[in-house]
This record gives sequence, C-alpha cells and structure tokens, in this order.
Amino acid sequence: MYRSHVLVCGGTGCTSSHSAEIIEALENELKNRGLENEVKVIKTGCFGLCALGPIMIVYPEGCFYSEVKVDDVPEIVEEHLLKGRMVKRLLYDETVRKDEIKPLSETNFYKKQHRVALRNCGVIDPENIEEYIAMDGYQALAKCLTELKPEDVIQIVKDSGLRGRGGGGFPTGLKWSFTAKNSADQKYVVCNADEGDPGAFMDRSVLEGDPHCIVEAMTICGYATGATEGYVYVRAEYPIAVHRLEIAIQQAKENGLLGKNIFNSGFDFDLHVRLGAGAFVCGEETALMTSIEGNRGEPRPRPPYPAVKGLFAKPTTENNVETFANIPQIVLHGAEFFNSMGTEKSSGTKVFALGGKINNTGLVEVPMGTTLREIIEDIGGGIPNGKKFKAAQTGGPSGGCIPASLIDTPIDYDNLTAIGCMMGSGGLIVMDEDNCMVDIAKFFLDFTVDESCGKCTPCRIGTKRMRELLEKITDGKATMDDLDELEKLAYYIKDNSLCGLGQTAPNPVLATLRFFKDEYIAHVVDKKCPAGVCKNLLKYTIDADKCKGCTACARKCPVGAISGTVKEPHTIDSNKCIKCGVCMDTCRFGAISKK
Amino acid sequence: MKSLEELMAIRDKAKANMTDREGSGDGIRVVVGMATCGIAAGARPVLNALVDEVAKRNLKNVTVAQTGCIGMCQFEPIVEVFEKDKEKVTYVKVTAEMIPEIVASHLVNGNPVAEYTVGAIVKD
Repeated sequence: MYRSHVLVCGGTGCTSSHSAEIIEALENELKNRGLENEVKVIKTGCFGLCALGPIMIVYPEGCFYSEVKVDDVPEIVEEHLLKGRMVKRLLYDETVRKDEIKPLSETNFYKKQHRVALRNCGVIDPENIEEYIAMDGYQALAKCLTELKPEDVIQIVKDSGLRGRGGGGFPTGLKWSFTAKNSADQKYVVCNADEGDPGAFMDRSVLEGDPHCIVEAMTICGYATGATEGYVYVRAEYPIAVHRLEIAIQQAKENGLLGKNIFNSGFDFDLHVRLGAGAFVCGEETALMTSIEGNRGEPRPRPPYPAVKGLFAKPTTENNVETFANIPQIVLHGAEFFNSMGTEKSSGTKVFALGGKINNTGLVEVPMGTTLREIIEDIGGGIPNGKKFKAAQTGGPSGGCIPASLIDTPIDYDNLTAIGCMMGSGGLIVMDEDNCMVDIAKFFLDFTVDESCGKCTPCRIGTKRMRELLEKITDGKATMDDLDELEKLAYYIKDNSLCGLGQTAPNPVLATLRFFKDEYIAHVVDKKCPAGVCKNLLKYTIDADKCKGCTACARKCPVGAISGTVKEPHTIDSNKCIKCGVCMDTCRFGAISKK
Repeated sequence: MKSLEELMAIRDKAKANMTDREGSGDGIRVVVGMATCGIAAGARPVLNALVDEVAKRNLKNVTVAQTGCIGMCQFEPIVEVFEKDKEKVTYVKVTAEMIPEIVASHLVNGNPVAEYTVGAIVKD
C-alpha cells in the first residue's frame, strides 16, 4: 500500500517539455531516499491544461504543481513527499486558497467542464488495465455481453442521441443499425484516429490517456453490429498513442477481454492497429478504409456506404475516437444519463482543443450548448496581452470562423451549421485583432491544396485556383471581380468534389467572406491589411516628430533601408524594406508605425 | 475474463489501491508529523503502519497525509485526527504498535484512545 500517489502527465504536450525526464528523476530521488515503497509514481494521460505543463499532481493532498522542471524534483521529494510540506512556489495559483489547497474542480479552467470522454485522462495510468477496471472499465462490455441483445445496445445508443464527433454529426446509433441489418460472413469495426486538423489533439489525448475505453467501445460496437474484427487507424506521428494502444490491446487479450468467447458469451472480437502516414485525406472514411486495405489513400464515391460495402468490401461501422470514448459511459449509465446533458438535438459533451491566442491552451470538455464566450473567457482565461477577441476557427480547414459578434452562440451541431460553420472534430483556434482573416483563409487553403489527394478535379485544381486568387488579394493586386470569382469558385468546389475534403475545403473562405467581407474589400480596394499582417500591403514609416535620431533602428535593419543623420529624424526606403518589423521592435520612442 | 464477478473482483482490488486519489471530502483526515523532528523520532514506520491498517480495513472515508512540524517536538511522533464538527484529537509518542488500536477504536468506532493522547501524557 502506497501512502502517496504522484501523477505526472505523460501526454504529448508535457512529454515535449520533459515530463519523461521528470518521472525518471522522481523515481531516482525516491529510491535515494528509500521512499520507493511508500510513494507511487504514475504516468497519466493529458490533464488538459497543457499551457501549464509539465503538470504533476500529488495525492492525497491533491496538490497541483505546474511548469515543473527536472531541477525541482529533489525539492518536491524532500519537502513534500518526505516532510509533508508543499512546495508553494510550484502550486498553480488558482488552486491556492489562503493556506489551503482548493480542489482542481473549483478552478476556472475545470469548473465549467464536464468530463465524459476525458473522464479517465489524467486520472489513471493508461498502461495499467487494472486502473481502468477500477474506474468501472469493461463493465459496460460485460453488461452488453451478458444482459443485452445486440439490438438493445443499438437502441441505447440511438436513445442517447450521440452523434459522430468526427465532424459530420451523423447519429451513431443509426449508423450502427445500418451495419447490423446487413448480413455478411464478415463485418468490421473501424476507429478513425487519423486526426489531421491543424491544432486538434482531442483524439490523441484520449488514446494516450484512456486507450482501454476505445478497446472496450469497439468491442461493444462489434457485438452490436455483428462484427468480429476491428481496426484502429492512427497516425504514425502519434507514437505515444500508438504505444499505449498496443499495450492496451495486449492487456485486454491477456485478460480475455479481447479474443475468443469474451465473458463466456460465445462472442469473439479481435483488434488491430494500422498506422497512417499522415495524409489528411485518410481522415475521410472511404479513403481511410482504402488505406487500411493497403492501397493509396484515396476516397471512393458513396453510395455504396461503408455499412453496405466498407472495409475489404464488407459491411463496416466507422466512428471517430471521441464518439467511441462516450460509448461505455452511455451503456453503463443509460441513454438518459447522456441525453440529459447538452441541447435538444446535440446531446452530451464535446471536447475542444483550445489553441491560438488564448491564455489556457489545452483540452476542454463541455456540455453541448455551452457558449463560445464561456469557453474563451471563463475556461480559456481570455486573450493574452489584453487584446480583443476577433474570431474563433472551428473545425480547422473544413470549418469556418465564428466572429466576435456571435460569441454568445450556444455551440452545438445545428447552431454552427446555421451560421455557416462546422463543429469539425473539435479544434478551436482563437484569433485576436492582430490576425488577418484573409491570411487565415489563405493558411487553411494552403493546407488543403497540399493535402488534396488529386483524384477529383474540383478539389485538385479548384483549390489551387482559389489559393491563387487569395494570393492576389493579399498582394494587393486583386479587383472586386476576383472577389466574386472566388466566391463562385468556392461554391462550385463545395458542390462538385468527390469527398468531404473537397466539399469542405472552401469553408474557411466562405465563412471569412461572410463575416469579414470588409477586410477583403480593404485588401482589394484600399490595398490595405487592417490587421497589419499581409506584408505586401504594409508600409513602415517613421514619425519625424517622435524620432530622436538615436540610430538604433538603422543599425538593426538587416537590409540597410533606414537612413538619416544622428539626432535627426530618420526615414525608411520602402523599396528596400522587407517588412520584417525589427525597427518597430527596436524603437524606444514609438516613432515607427506600420500601416 | 469469464464473468462479471471476476471483473468486479479485479475492480474492487484495484480501486482499493486508488482511494487516495479521490480527494478527502468530508471524511476523517489523519495527519502524521513528518518534519525532521518527527522523522527522527520514528514517524515513518508509524505513517506506513497507518496507511497499511487503513487499507486493510478498506476505510474509504479516511485520508492519511503527512504534515510538517506540529510544534511539540518532544512528543513526536505525533498523529492528529481531524473530523468534521468534532474537536481535533492529538496522539503523541505514537509507535507502529499503537496504530491497530487507534484505527479500530477511534477511526472505526469513534472512540478516541484517551491514554495515547496529548492530554493523558501532559497531565503526568
């Protein structure tokens, strides 16, 4: 029996800031002090508050240490673990109330969150099946196999109102019922863990923090739909997730939770992992299955839908990681538990990966219907440096932006669709007044141009033409006709592309055109970038009244574009200027401005 | 895995090892003075005995924690029991041998072991 548990985040975020070294140092230090049998170190999944990583939580006190460094370890061991005195300087200040530790659940970041899919992330050791079982793991599977008929399971999922968390929002129970009613000698379950949106890391965190819940949910899905084999398609660039998933599958097999005759029910299920090479198009369900089959990852026309002819031309159910992560909880606690959360048409919770211009970068899970304002201001802690919120991009390159004027929109599938956005998989990139919306649209289009598989013409060529138009705009060479052309092309690509990639690729352009048309017009007509981002439209100037002639800027300018004599106002030669902004950062008198 | 019972057995066993991660709540909080004075007087074996005894009896409402110097160094090892709406009980010069009795009588049945408390010692 250990008297204290030390949980250290082993998610990708904290690992990149040396949490693995911290764990090693901690174990060595505990050994040196002879505490190794009294204090247990546990490597967990993501706690969510990635901005403050590496994170360490010490129980039983529940002390939340943030931004821990390897050098802090001896002090933590000697002061806290040996002598019981918390290391105050490392405590996350929101958890300190006078001399007392405030539970994490009372901090602004966690207060409004409701963790269903992430419930075990940062709580258990993901590489230990016993800890998952201790949190009621595999009970839902036992219930399905010993008490429920496959159609009962599907009915529970249908009643729960769960919709696909990968972006489309298709009702999960309905999807399962389609596969279930098709008879075949072999059916499959596929888990889509090919999370490709820039800035999204929800699925990775679930796989890293709670891999067993995916194993359990896929087995349940197999039982409900009559499939005996499953594949998890995960990106090779998620090595920690792949490693833990493989451990989980191995442990499940050793414990008879995968394999033959699970729970003596006569039901067999086996699970395989397939690594994706990181092509964005492989997140599209038909391309993903083509890739699992060993072919080049290209989509195919639907129908036939996967429920009829999917993987290896057999009926297949494909769901996203987060969708599966909700399943065991729904089966265990009933449909009512799940649809009591969220809004009428979007039940349950949604995980968002919060990034961009936000204080608390990280992973949050909130009930559907939570407003963007609550997510950004309360949970996210607002915008850094007192800047003003401008827009949030949801759904990455397939989604759109929500402007500041709609910050009080309750977030669910239908509300987002109504304003021309998309829930997407859950990436939420926050932008402030310094972001140029045209530039953002161009960024996402750069991405889709690179990631288009090339099978269909609208997507392969159309997105390229759109990017050229956007470049024309940001270079100040476009006319209003180009703007109309851009919009026309966007709708054409949306209507005519083969798969979801092309059909949604114009969304960032359409959304920014809808809410920020004035910014486009400023670029086209006034040849100005209001946010000061598009370099070709910028001009740096020196205010002669403020310039003291200190020569600091002239000495820093990498291209010698600034001239002037000492103690006299300087000038910038705009033909030489490369708009790097070094002069502006250097000037101590605020004499340089960009327009 | 052949039955739900088998699964539940694993669950209960694993859960018992994770109780200290659930937070204290309204239960009984037992702290052991683990400053230099406490450690020198032998607080470590006392703490470990306490943790083991609480685990053995599966007392879910009891949290065992360490604390710094309580201030009466001559009476270390000191164990203090905090319970909501009750006065704090301070045991002094505690040894590992006393722990089963303190746990059984006080933590389980609610009767502090008067002879081990600071009141009894200081009177002498």
